[in-house]
Amino acid sequence: MELLSGNEAIAQGAWEAGATIGAAYPGTPSTETMEAFARKPNVYAEWCTNEKVAVEVALGASAAGARTLVTMKHVGVNVAADPLFTAAYTGVGGGMVVLAADDPGMYSSQNEQDSHYYAQAAHIPMLDPSDSQEALDFTKEAYSLSERFDVPFFIRSTVRISHTRTTVETGERISENDIKGYESDPSKWVMMPAFAKPRRKVQLERIDALRKWADECSFNKRIDGVQALGIICSGAVYQHVLEALPQASILKLGVTWPLPEKTIKEFADKVDALYVIEEASTYLTDAVKALGVKVSKPPYSISLAGELTPGLIKNAFNGLASIDYSNIDGLPARPPALCPGCPHRLVFRELKRLKAIVTGDIGCYTLGALPPLACMDTCVDMGASVSMAHGFELALGTSEHRPVVAVVGDSTFAHSGLSSLISTAYNKGAGTVCILDNRTTAMTGRQGNPFNGKTLQDRPSRELDIEGIISALGIDNVNLVDPNDMMAVRSALKEATSNTDRLDVIIFRSPCVLLSRIKNKPYVVTNCTGCGVCLTLGCPAIGKQAESGLAYIDTELCIGCGQCAQYCRFDAIVQSE
Amino acid sequence: MSTKVLLCGVGGQGTILAAHVLAQTALCCDQNVKVSEIHGMAQRGGAVTTDVAFGEHVESMVCDSGSADIVVSFELIEALRNLPMLKNGGRIISNKEIIKPASVLTGKASMPHNIQEELSKANALLVPAHDIALEVGNAKTSNMVMLGALSALLDFDVSAWEKTVQDFVPPKTIEANIAAFRAGRASIAEKVM
Repeated sequence: MELLSGNEAIAQGAWEAGATIGAAYPGTPSTETMEAFARKPNVYAEWCTNEKVAVEVALGASAAGARTLVTMKHVGVNVAADPLFTAAYTGVGGGMVVLAADDPGMYSSQNEQDSHYYAQAAHIPMLDPSDSQEALDFTKEAYSLSERFDVPFFIRSTVRISHTRTTVETGERISENDIKGYESDPSKWVMMPAFAKPRRKVQLERIDALRKWADECSFNKRIDGVQALGIICSGAVYQHVLEALPQASILKLGVTWPLPEKTIKEFADKVDALYVIEEASTYLTDAVKALGVKVSKPPYSISLAGELTPGLIKNAFNGLASIDYSNIDGLPARPPALCPGCPHRLVFRELKRLKAIVTGDIGCYTLGALPPLACMDTCVDMGASVSMAHGFELALGTSEHRPVVAVVGDSTFAHSGLSSLISTAYNKGAGTVCILDNRTTAMTGRQGNPFNGKTLQDRPSRELDIEGIISALGIDNVNLVDPNDMMAVRSALKEATSNTDRLDVIIFRSPCVLLSRIKNKPYVVTNCTGCGVCLTLGCPAIGKQAESGLAYIDTELCIGCGQCAQYCRFDAIVQSE
Repeated sequence: MSTKVLLCGVGGQGTILAAHVLAQTALCCDQNVKVSEIHGMAQRGGAVTTDVAFGEHVESMVCDSGSADIVVSFELIEALRNLPMLKNGGRIISNKEIIKPASVLTGKASMPHNIQEELSKANALLVPAHDIALEVGNAKTSNMVMLGALSALLDFDVSAWEKTVQDFVPPKTIEANIAAFRAGRASIAEKVM
């Protein structure tokens, strides 16, 4: 027995099933799955530019006969939805498994959408493991199911499955799946109307077969408890229910699309009152109701916002309105912050000084939205900074308005910011786009991307030339700037934003401090006047003494970047000897 | 019923590594174990918690308000923040170190005055982990000092703990980490005997 996270267990399951090819874009809480798969012997795994690309790479490999693994976070499924919906027409060659990792509670995401709806909408069967052993077993089995039913299979996890370590018994690899090679079959793989129409019929027949299988599948589990209380649930919520309501009869669904209809109806007949408990959506409740089954409500409602805990479930049934999560009064919050020495810091400080409208994007630099930098007007989805800036410019037009500036990280730019920029360039849009190029995909743990030329398995790569790509778009004003140099940042932004009918791109290039791990001699505060300007940088290493109001630097946290010294008009911040 | 331990602190303090050592030790002592971690954005210097549950049977992987048997805090303000997670009769141990949140650093918020008082009401055991770690040789091992302190509250064999520590830390740092673990254990052992 060993302790594996759900993500590691999914990778193990794929490997044991003989999967040989993996494709993904990193995203919390899915990232470690592909990293774990990449460490297995005799597999090929790669980071793709985005989730759509990853699904297409895997589908191509599947068509050629390989068993493939694709992993992404829930919002990645939005990006990948296009090929997924049609992959449910073409079906597969080699078995294909897609991990959709949801984030109820939004620990590291912009929404808490429920991926079950994708399974239902795309007609792709979905399995919900409730611990790491099931994550391994379900994934392994999903490959033969995928081949048997000729359709990709979804594994759906949440933070509490992906990032929970539980005991696992691992197995041997079945055998390396022999690539049969591709056999040409346009009626299966060329989804133009003439071929797609018959495939749609194939799909409908498949759905019937899947419904029958769902009722026979051993992944659904019944626990007999008291007749008075019946609960239907799945995934991590099942574990919470076991703890909160140990007396309950439970139907734990391992297959969440298509639902095992007969099993659900039989269970409903055996209990006096049936409840559905689920996180962040009403997918399961609505689907059970649609079977004509009466679903009762617990005496106190369970919030649809946020993740569940055993306490929340217990209280909904035991007549307590809600858990008292009140903090001790007056406790200062501790939100995350940009690291000491982060090369993005001065860009945000200068954008604030410029009073710009800043359209932001997804990554560490979204933290530029928090005080004291507090310099971000929007953050919606990957790549949106560039296209939303274009929209702002269109609406504000020639009216007198604050400069519009998009900020996007290097990996996010490769993911989808590039296609946004092409669109803006093509439409002769104006504005300023800042590419915060820290040479890595920092937020998810410093993965490779096309612009740093690092690949997942350290295979040979090409380091793509951002300046070259942007120049090829015909954008005249491309400027490469060191973001640690205050004056350079200030003048580059001033120059770019002063010309209102021009499209400027500034590449702020400096490696992530967690990548370079450079620690220079720390800076210290000498003759502080207490003006407080250094505190506006929001560096975790700089503080204000409560009584004197004078600044100080925590020399253990300071990495000696010298950004703050450039802001001190009194030259009171100096590097220690 | 399982025993639940909530480890909390500030991103970067090594709470996840400490949780892994605790979990592996429990596993070696024939317990069932679950460890729930939070990754991603929260790790950038934000408040973090890791939940470890072990016992003959373990169901939910998360600690709830009023459900933790033991809260181990790597920082004093976080100890106070997570005090409501402790169940009646539970134990809380905390590093004495304070890491000021950004709002306090910039003077937008003030430090709570009642930290020590509130924690002493809960019979918190305070560990000068930073000082102890420095004393035995390396300030970076204060997470092992806290783990040693926690070990004095649990029934696992000390040899199982030390073997896991050895397996989990980089080879060159084994000696320093074991020394820190032992010093942390000794600092609490006398108080709980």
